[in-house]
Amino acid sequence: MSEEKIYSFPKSIREVTTHYCAGCGHGIVHKLIAQIMDELGIQEKTLMIAPVGCSVLAYNYIKADGLEAAHGRAPAVSTGLKRVQKDKVVICYQGDGDLLAIGTAESVHAANRGEHITVIFINNAIYGMTGGQMAPTTMEGQVTKTTPYGRDPKQVGWPIRACELLNTLEAPYYIERCAVYDVKHINQTKKAIKKAIQNQIDGKGYSFVEILSMCPTNWGVEPQKAADWVRDVMEPYYPIKCFRDGGEKTK
Amino acid sequence: MTKEIIFAGFGGQGVILAGKILCIAAMNEDKFVSHIPSYGAEMRGGTANCSVVIADEEIASPVVEHPDICIVLNKPSMDKFEPRMKEGGILIYNTSLIENKPKRTDIKVYGVDCNKIAAENGSERAANMVALGALVKIVPWLSKVDSFAYALDHAISARNKKFNEVNLAIIKAGNSLPIA
Amino acid sequence: MSEKILMKGNEAIGEAAILAGCRHYFAYPITPQNEIPAYMAKRLPQVGGTFLQAESELAAVSMVMGASAGGARVMTSSSSPGISLKQEGISYMSGAQLPAVIVNMMRGGPGLGNIAGAQGDYFQATRGGGNGDYHVLVIAPGNVQELADYTVKAFELADKYRIVCMILGDGYLGQMSEPLILPEAVKELPAKDWALTGAKGRDPHIIASLRLADGALVGHVYDLYKNYAEIEKNEVIYDTQNLEDADYMLVAYGTSSRVCKKAIRVLRAEGIKVGLFRPVTLWPFPKKEIAEAAKKVKKILTVEMSMGQMVQDVQINAGKYCDVDFYGEPGGMLPVVEKIVQRVKSYV
Repeated sequence: MSEEKIYSFPKSIREVTTHYCAGCGHGIVHKLIAQIMDELGIQEKTLMIAPVGCSVLAYNYIKADGLEAAHGRAPAVSTGLKRVQKDKVVICYQGDGDLLAIGTAESVHAANRGEHITVIFINNAIYGMTGGQMAPTTMEGQVTKTTPYGRDPKQVGWPIRACELLNTLEAPYYIERCAVYDVKHINQTKKAIKKAIQNQIDGKGYSFVEILSMCPTNWGVEPQKAADWVRDVMEPYYPIKCFRDGGEKTK
Repeated sequence: MTKEIIFAGFGGQGVILAGKILCIAAMNEDKFVSHIPSYGAEMRGGTANCSVVIADEEIASPVVEHPDICIVLNKPSMDKFEPRMKEGGILIYNTSLIENKPKRTDIKVYGVDCNKIAAENGSERAANMVALGALVKIVPWLSKVDSFAYALDHAISARNKKFNEVNLAIIKAGNSLPIA
Repeated sequence: MSEKILMKGNEAIGEAAILAGCRHYFAYPITPQNEIPAYMAKRLPQVGGTFLQAESELAAVSMVMGASAGGARVMTSSSSPGISLKQEGISYMSGAQLPAVIVNMMRGGPGLGNIAGAQGDYFQATRGGGNGDYHVLVIAPGNVQELADYTVKAFELADKYRIVCMILGDGYLGQMSEPLILPEAVKELPAKDWALTGAKGRDPHIIASLRLADGALVGHVYDLYKNYAEIEKNEVIYDTQNLEDADYMLVAYGTSSRVCKKAIRVLRAEGIKVGLFRPVTLWPFPKKEIAEAAKKVKKILTVEMSMGQMVQDVQINAGKYCDVDFYGEPGGMLPVVEKIVQRVKSYV
């Protein structure tokens, strides 16, 4: 009987102990990125931009050159780096506060310029690193440290849909929303990230992948319940779909 | 010797450019020069002006508080700068647009019909060039008339170089006026 | 040697940056330095460079940070309120030891203030400006030739020490045109073995200011300050005029120093022996040098276009050797020659 190796630890990830909480989606997405870097053979040309937030230490896991941006500025930092290192693969990894609150301008304008970067957006509807405050994507009625009575849209506005917002722009080449709450969706997410990175390698322009993700710690629930909440509460508001592919809006 | 000069007029009369041309002409004669325009909101409406310093030693300050020489192409400019002039200074004013005479008696004043002379010599818009020609007639130390050919060549963008010949002719016309 | 040309201060900075090998420039418009982005927008594409008008000062300085991490010589420019916004990126770059050149053509403040030249950002520039323990190397040119020459120097020093280097001018210097001989083009740029170029045949490079591990930040800040000590030792620049026999010493930088030179001529013509000490690097401040100069005079008058900022450094370093007086004009006003003259005469 011959043995077939069907799984191994990705080469593009460092063998270190994770600081992410149990049931957190960041680790899953980090691994997907590392697997894709292996598959595309781009570990030596990947430049990873870490945001401010839980994933600020992304460069401790992804085994590639890494740069840390100020809060919200990852798309601008990515712009500067990519304009210098044109033949490298720049991955701009961001959370919801980074992308849609303090860094809204940078997000919109990098997309609007069609920067040749790949933005990976982790939407877990809460601020993780600072301990569970309201995010721009926090759901209506969701209790957080700064919405102790539940998010009231009349007071603080509605959750913002990043893909839909960016899809109003002319320049983006690829926009897709995914999730990592079960294996099927994790596999779909991997395909989307791979496409978003391949687009950059092929010089196609700006690619954006939003990933609905879990934060059991700050949501105060068990990991499985967190995964179910993404499916039952987040997904209906943030539909999982491809919004734009090949520069064309999807029907 | 240091001469502190103000060129003033309304936007579009080319006072900033006139100052620059004088600077380049004088620089070409190895004098020390500096030029600073009024800028930003100050330029919207009212008067535009620039301060020019021409010297035979290092220029300490480019900013002119009390000018030795003023070239004013419209009335608001004369109202603004005449009172600031040094005693014994030289005021050249554009009689085409300024009906009143300067009030001060402790300065030398020269009325020049800038717009008319410009029009007669090929360009209605070149009142500033007439004033330049008149200026170096009155104060020859600033620059030779011949240096303006070089200055025009270096100050004017490629798009407008075609006017250099007529501008030089107008400077010479201003320089031939029976003044000084 | 290149030909003498008449050039505006702001444009001289732009051309000098290109001669220094800067091919990336990111900025957001603000008066009175708009000639710099306009110049770079026109010139950089001609030399294969990148000009990008950013969506904000915050974005512009972050683009600078990204380009610097990629190993490029990179610059941004702004004026006072815009520089306040850039402090975020300046602090991050200082923490991550990324070189960059930042131009501040100061205007009147606080807040939106006005658009006239001013010197009210001395504290912000020399004390760090953003959060944390760090310094920016600050150079204050005094004329258009120096704007060009020190812009080239700023790129050299930024790379040499992996530090943010600031050209601190003001609206008057930026708007002024003067004769200029362009500096020589820099032919060979320094290698940057720390840059992010892809981890090919080497371990990955991480460029970050975050130091969470126990004691890591302490060590990092000490390392930064070792570097600063070297800069203080090696890179002080200052200038003097008429100090040899002076009884009184004016201390001023940038545009203020030019007004002082005019006052010196007036005073000397009346037989009053007065000279000028002009700091060119504001950080590192010429501490020893000003102390030595102070020992030889009876009194110092510090002249600034502010309510008195550099005067604190003068007091700290020279105050024990003689009296330090101050004359300043805030709000975008220039010092007045006659006021300087009267003040010095009052000492006699």
